[in-house]
Amino acid sequence: MTPTIAPSWQDLAARLGPAYRLTAGWRDSNRAATLRIHVNRYGPMPAVGSDGRAHWLTDAVERAGLTGRGGAGFPTGRKMRSVAEQRGEPVVVANGLESEPASNKDKALLTWAPHLVLDGAMLAAAAVGATAIHLCLPRGRSHLIAGIRHAVGERTQAGIDPVAIEVHELPHGYVASSETAVINWLNGGEAKPTATPPRPYQKGVGRRPTLISNVETFAHVALIARLGPDWFRQAGNAGAAGSMLTTIGGAVQAPGVYEIEAGAQIGAALALGGLHRQATTVLVGGYFGSWHEIGQVAGLPLAAGPLRQLGAGPGAGVLFALPPDACGVVETARLLGWLAGQSANQCGPCMFGLPAIADDFAQLASGRPSGALYERLHRRLAQISRRGACAHPDGAIRLAKSALSAFAADIRSHAHGRLCPAARHGRAAGPALPLPPDSGDDEQGPWR
Amino acid sequence: MTTAHVLWYLTRATGLVALILLTATIVLGILGTARAASPRWPRLLTAGLHRNLALTATALVAVHVVTTVTDPFVSISVAAAFVPFASSYRPIWLSLGALAFDLMLAVLITSLLRDRLNHRVWQAIHLLVYACWPVALWHGLGTGTDTKLSWVLALNVSCLIAVAAAVWWRLALTDNPAVRLAGRVTLAVAAAATAIFVLAGPLQPGWSLRAGTPPALLGIGLLSLALA
Amino acid sequence: MTRRLAVNPIACDGHGICADMLPELIGLDEWGYPILADQPVPDGLTALARRAVRICPTLALRLEGGARER
Repeated sequence: MTPTIAPSWQDLAARLGPAYRLTAGWRDSNRAATLRIHVNRYGPMPAVGSDGRAHWLTDAVERAGLTGRGGAGFPTGRKMRSVAEQRGEPVVVANGLESEPASNKDKALLTWAPHLVLDGAMLAAAAVGATAIHLCLPRGRSHLIAGIRHAVGERTQAGIDPVAIEVHELPHGYVASSETAVINWLNGGEAKPTATPPRPYQKGVGRRPTLISNVETFAHVALIARLGPDWFRQAGNAGAAGSMLTTIGGAVQAPGVYEIEAGAQIGAALALGGLHRQATTVLVGGYFGSWHEIGQVAGLPLAAGPLRQLGAGPGAGVLFALPPDACGVVETARLLGWLAGQSANQCGPCMFGLPAIADDFAQLASGRPSGALYERLHRRLAQISRRGACAHPDGAIRLAKSALSAFAADIRSHAHGRLCPAARHGRAAGPALPLPPDSGDDEQGPWR
Repeated sequence: MTTAHVLWYLTRATGLVALILLTATIVLGILGTARAASPRWPRLLTAGLHRNLALTATALVAVHVVTTVTDPFVSISVAAAFVPFASSYRPIWLSLGALAFDLMLAVLITSLLRDRLNHRVWQAIHLLVYACWPVALWHGLGTGTDTKLSWVLALNVSCLIAVAAAVWWRLALTDNPAVRLAGRVTLAVAAAATAIFVLAGPLQPGWSLRAGTPPALLGIGLLSLALA
Repeated sequence: MTRRLAVNPIACDGHGICADMLPELIGLDEWGYPILADQPVPDGLTALARRAVRICPTLALRLEGGARER
């Protein structure tokens, strides 16, 4: 299908490929794109209408089938339309917090191609009629933040932004990056999730309709605005459209951020990173995602539709292959303990349920399950989901359930006293799954 | 017995019963915050009784106010039921009654409108009961013409002990030692002050005069006791 | 009209009085927090459901559906 692209953009369309869109020029140049480089590479930001609005863009994003790249995968066009339909002046929030420890794609995107994100946020603001844009970054990443402030400064100097972009540095606990937490912080509160209704698109920052999306999502918007929805859909597979950034890590030769077609096969993606021959299990989506045997999922697309039946999803694009010398049960127990500590402690089922499950898993890992552990654990896993104000407990439950299945053999061995070396005296190279260094077991960090 | 006597007896009776009910209400409220429950006494019972006793007490206080205001022997205006120092009858002690009544009304109205109010606002006003109850107690002790009667005194003391014990026990459940200490010290001081007040005031001869009873009414208390 | 019970998980403090009032539809997990039955409130229990909503100390329980839904 030949996409209809304006003649001035056809050259750009020809240079980009299905998996070479956001990252075009990254690896070649190995430096952050200045405004000039960005404009050379992608062309100038498309003009908005004379009234400052870009209504056509919402249609385009809807037809393109772009879904959120922050983990929830909500259709972006529908979100934009909902915001534009509300009464009141909308606000745009670009969420670059990325508090998922196994994910680096947003940091990479913001470092190497900040203007794609900023273009996208600006264009989305025009589309919904927003008069304010907030870019939220993780506090403490001084290099990243300095780069973004520099990029914003370049644009101010060039006078290309009709709406001012405010850059904010937020605390970055795990739940702080959830939509309502970010909005609550912008409203002067703590970076803790709030109860909905109202949802962000209805009342968010300053009680105004708020379009909050992941920074990668906005980057895709910037390209859809230039090249159109048909071009966007030229990449994609199994119901997922466009390209996506993934963080491939663990037992791979070249861990890092890769751009792939949305819905590309999981096995192919792992091969990009150079999967270790003896790796057998992969974590899909993030620490709120799920463990799967590689043999079971290698042929499946990394897309919401096909993965749903396994209780899995592409999430934040994380694919972490468990090193063969690591113990999945031990690693999961460690993750669950960390996730429990990351709770905002606002809702009982999460506040009490997650530590209880983490404790149960610790017993499974140590091979000393007490009493009716399995019965208790299964009851808890069935009871905790969807009883919190945010999806945090649901993610932990998903991780735990998938571990029970993927590591069933290990769990049985442990229960019979046959501990693997990693469970017996710890993995020689240390824990396999990365956790932020500054978060201790009890320390949740500041919320404000 | 004349209407005046009936009204006066009603005023005293409703006042005393209201005190008992308010005492029970506060104790139940404290038990509720402590989540006290047993298989035979569910949380539901504490919560339900607390609400019902509070409403009953409010009704009794309303009657108490009406009988006071309509009593022909003492001229206490309607305003005096709400505004301190609006009456010449035992001005200080009656004003305490007006103050307690105002606080009760604030708690009542906010509780009836609880689902329309911000929860923290409701909670802040509800805490005023800790001021309302002692004020009501002192009102009764100071204004009440029956304080000297041994059974009335015993009643007041029992109510004081009940509330003090409940507060003391509740403070034992706080994690914060500073709060616990401050609370218990305040409690002890308040209880001691009450005891001193009662011993030096209402229990002493001539209290009626000292409390501010207009001279024309000074004989009435003895007269009604003689008639009863 | 179908009415459903819902709880604001942040406001909920696990008092559990709602479960006392309406055990047919509200159970408690091992930590004292409500587990709502995944079904609409039958007509015969609507009055009790309203009382359960009123008696919640933190007003965390609400009844959705019907004219008064905000």
